[in-house]
Amino acid sequence: MLLSEADLGAIGLTLKLATVVTLILLVLGTPLAWWLARTRSWLKGPVNALVALPIVLPPVVIGFYLLVAMGPHGPVGRLTQALGLGGLPFTFAGLVVASVIYTLPFVVQPIQNAFEAIGDQPLEAAATLRAAPLDRFFSVVLPLARPGYLTATVMGFAHTVGEFGVVLMIGGNIPDKTRVISVQLYDHVEIQEYAQAHGLAAGMLVFSFAVLLALYLLNPTGRRRA
Amino acid sequence: MKKLPALLTSLLCLALAGAAWADDVQVAVAANFTAPMKTIAAEFAKATGHTATLSFGATGRFYTQIKNGAPFDVFLSADDETPAKLEQEGAAVSGSRFTYATGQLVLWSAQPDFVDAQGEVLKKGNFKNIALAAPKLAPYGAAAIETLTQLGLLDSLSPKFVQGESIGQTFGFVSTGNAELGFVALSQVYENGKIKSGSAWIVPERLHSPIRQDAVILARAKDNKAAAALAEFLKSEKARAVIRAYGYTI
Repeated sequence: MLLSEADLGAIGLTLKLATVVTLILLVLGTPLAWWLARTRSWLKGPVNALVALPIVLPPVVIGFYLLVAMGPHGPVGRLTQALGLGGLPFTFAGLVVASVIYTLPFVVQPIQNAFEAIGDQPLEAAATLRAAPLDRFFSVVLPLARPGYLTATVMGFAHTVGEFGVVLMIGGNIPDKTRVISVQLYDHVEIQEYAQAHGLAAGMLVFSFAVLLALYLLNPTGRRRA
Repeated sequence: MKKLPALLTSLLCLALAGAAWADDVQVAVAANFTAPMKTIAAEFAKATGHTATLSFGATGRFYTQIKNGAPFDVFLSADDETPAKLEQEGAAVSGSRFTYATGQLVLWSAQPDFVDAQGEVLKKGNFKNIALAAPKLAPYGAAAIETLTQLGLLDSLSPKFVQGESIGQTFGFVSTGNAELGFVALSQVYENGKIKSGSAWIVPERLHSPIRQDAVILARAKDNKAAAALAEFLKSEKARAVIRAYGYTI
């Protein structure tokens, strides 16, 4: 293969980023999805819309706002500096924050759909068997929502791997800190290193196909309803 | 019934005649030359009646697009290597290449009094991030690396580098304050003969090789009169006055 040391570094960094982001989103996304699936509050519509925003917004818009907000004069930047954390742009932590926002709908929506599909009956049945709310969640809801979690994990991971516009805006292209695969690939193309570009691009293509294939094989839609 | 073909013919003649005296020229412009080129294009339209349609972007990307059939007639590069390469490869009209501007590198900060007039701030190193354009992608980035090498500061400062994909993005890092200072093009921070805001050190030209920006007429426009007219116009004193006003030398 034509992968250089820098390419391998970018791949390692990307996998690390995607893992961290997916774990954070599964933890944060579960209560959010639960609330969205169960609530009758008028806030449901606006929150649903907020969660879905990253699907329709161009990544450059998100990246631009994050760069300004996390910068030394922005509200987030002032906060992180006051807390002694320094600035977030050009750091791995900054990429994690940006990716969590950017990938949020891809994790929350499948979980939310799974929760909504469960409905009230299994929970009421469990309640009559004196299962406490937490017990109900862990022994009834989670197993029933397993396909939703599988989709959320795979989509969250894959979407973070494919991220480009946001990272480009706030990353600063620093080796082993913010230079992820997509940025490395972009650089190869820009300076006409097509052989290396092909190596990474083909890798991304195969990875994406394999991930989606695995998802559809493990999670055939319709079987649960049958 | 006989009138229709005649009408069509006369319409066609009109269209052709129109094309003969007012052509359109598609221009690919290096990002750092955005502001002066807008002014020059307006002057060009006034002086010749031709229209120049401008696209702005990174030189490397334009090269790839041109090689893959992008519909550009004239290319204003940020360097002198890419136009030479295009000419060698037959993608540009041979002999049409010329230097339209020489860029000036500047160390700039959005904060007043942060960068001193001698660039001593580089030695002090009292900053977290210093921005530059990716040296492999942008000539201004390569010039910044040369400068730091000349000053013997490359190794000590490289951990603080943040790289923009283009000089435009690099400027964004510095202007938002995310990087305290950075190497950008003088044209980005210069207006009416002085630095617009913040503080700056204009890097002496002896510290890096000249950033010659060449233009070339692309192969598909070899018979395009508007393309030739634009090339001539760029060499005119009128255009050069604009170019100098934006901080380039020529």
